Amino acid sequence: MNPELAGSQYVIEIIYLIASALFILSLKWMSSPATARHGIWAGEIGMVLAIAGTLLHYGIVDYKWIAVGLVLGSGIGIPLGMVQMTAVPQRTALSHAFGALCVTLVGTAEFYLRTPNVPKFMMSVLSMEVILGGLTFTGSLMAAGKLQEILPQRPITYKGQNLVNFLLLAVAIASAVYLVLHPEAKQLFPLIVGISVIFGVMLIIPIGGADMPTVISLLNGYAGLSAAAMGFVLNNKLLIIAGALDGSSGLILSVIMSKAMNRSFTNVLFGAFGQVQAAVAGGQEAKPVHSATAEESAAILSAANKVVIVPGYGMAVAQAQHKVRELYDILTKKGVEVRFAIHPVAGRMPGHMNVLLAEADIPYDRLIEMEEINGDFPQTDVALVIGANDVTNPAARNDATSPIYGMPILDVDKAHTVMVIKRSMSPGFAGIDNPLYYLPNTLMLFGDAKQFVGAIVRELSGGH
Amino acid sequence: MSSNLIDDLFIFMLACFIGFEVIRHVSPLLHTPLMSLTNALDAIAVVGAIVLVGERKSEFATVLGVIAIVAATSNVVGGFFITDRMLKMFKSSRPAKNTGGNK
Repeated sequence: MNPELAGSQYVIEIIYLIASALFILSLKWMSSPATARHGIWAGEIGMVLAIAGTLLHYGIVDYKWIAVGLVLGSGIGIPLGMVQMTAVPQRTALSHAFGALCVTLVGTAEFYLRTPNVPKFMMSVLSMEVILGGLTFTGSLMAAGKLQEILPQRPITYKGQNLVNFLLLAVAIASAVYLVLHPEAKQLFPLIVGISVIFGVMLIIPIGGADMPTVISLLNGYAGLSAAAMGFVLNNKLLIIAGALDGSSGLILSVIMSKAMNRSFTNVLFGAFGQVQAAVAGGQEAKPVHSATAEESAAILSAANKVVIVPGYGMAVAQAQHKVRELYDILTKKGVEVRFAIHPVAGRMPGHMNVLLAEADIPYDRLIEMEEINGDFPQTDVALVIGANDVTNPAARNDATSPIYGMPILDVDKAHTVMVIKRSMSPGFAGIDNPLYYLPNTLMLFGDAKQFVGAIVRELSGGH
Repeated sequence: MSSNLIDDLFIFMLACFIGFEVIRHVSPLLHTPLMSLTNALDAIAVVGAIVLVGERKSEFATVLGVIAIVAATSNVVGGFFITDRMLKMFKSSRPAKNTGGNK
């Protein structure tokens, strides 16, 4: 390149430097809800600067198709930004798929532009880029399909599944290693991409809905790492930094999620709950439960001083969060202290419940993390469980044979009265029986969450 | 060339540490918007696709690049948009009482 052209490269690098700083600030400001919206501004400014700077790149000779891509992408992005809050988990999975698609396609194009003159280190990161990108692409599409309920949510398992998966990954990595050592064997490249894409599908097939928070986080991490690998290939430092930030964010979240389920990464990915369920389902017998009507529940709630509401995925499915807000309002007005207990894996992605309740206008200082609120249950008059199951299951604490034994749970059973809104006694999503329902201080409120909460609200407002 | 790669490794290592430190302090309350924000930031991969398309080195590369730009741009636009919508919803009960005449 001639020196004059190199000048614009310096400008671009400086712009990237500023954008990197803005990206880091953006995440830093996310630490508190008070500053979080500044974080978006920082991110947006960084992004616009980076894209504008890139357009100055000396190698760009044609802007037409760039413009077409940017306009089309924005056109798709706007509706994706407007989805309902209940659809956020599948939207997030879909966007991981898009990010990974971008990385995989650019990696593939770069390979064919450079082959066979690809240095060894470059080829290694390029392989990493397309393997991670490929498996994240299809894996995230599968996750989005399961969350949107286009695909069956139950884990699908078969004999030798893990062996098949390990073999697939091993073949992809072995081909990549061979290609690094023998750059002329370029016919291996489509094989690597193809296997990664298939591996992504196979990886998500055995994963059930309850494991989605961990899996989405993990896919988030992979998407970030593949973008960082792309940064190495293109020698683009901004991309390395953004990828590293995204990758570490995804990995931290998956560690938090798997800890909240008392499971290891490998267990989530390779130890589907499926096998355990069959064993548990056999030993079911009819045990007595106490049930209550909306009228009785309203009376108990209005006599309480402290109420803790435990929301779960079932609340989202029933779209009950706005009714829950009405209940919160009316109880608060009566002088009852109402708080919400949020289990880290409640819902289908990290923080899912917080977003749904915030959308229903419940102040965020009423949403309390598990560690913080667990000590308060013995002083709680009523714990109202809406659509949550496994995260309240006392078997996790005291039954060593339970598949979820050891998982940290919300100690709702220690409250004076536990009320559980549930459609029927059929075991929940993970198929694990919940001894909570048979406790003497537990009242079962059978019905749809939205209608039942609505009925309680009517009783409470009608009575006075 | 190889010194570039070593520089890049240093940058990657440092960025990972910064990432871990910064993300560790994000309140679990905001984990969902955090994920959609990092997703939008990650779509900075669009710059790689832009250069690829702009250079027009081969038809094949241009086609893949345009699809890549579309995918990444939709993440940028959609990601920032939905993160902002989510964060707007998070309100504290204290300021809400000061401003709200909706009693």
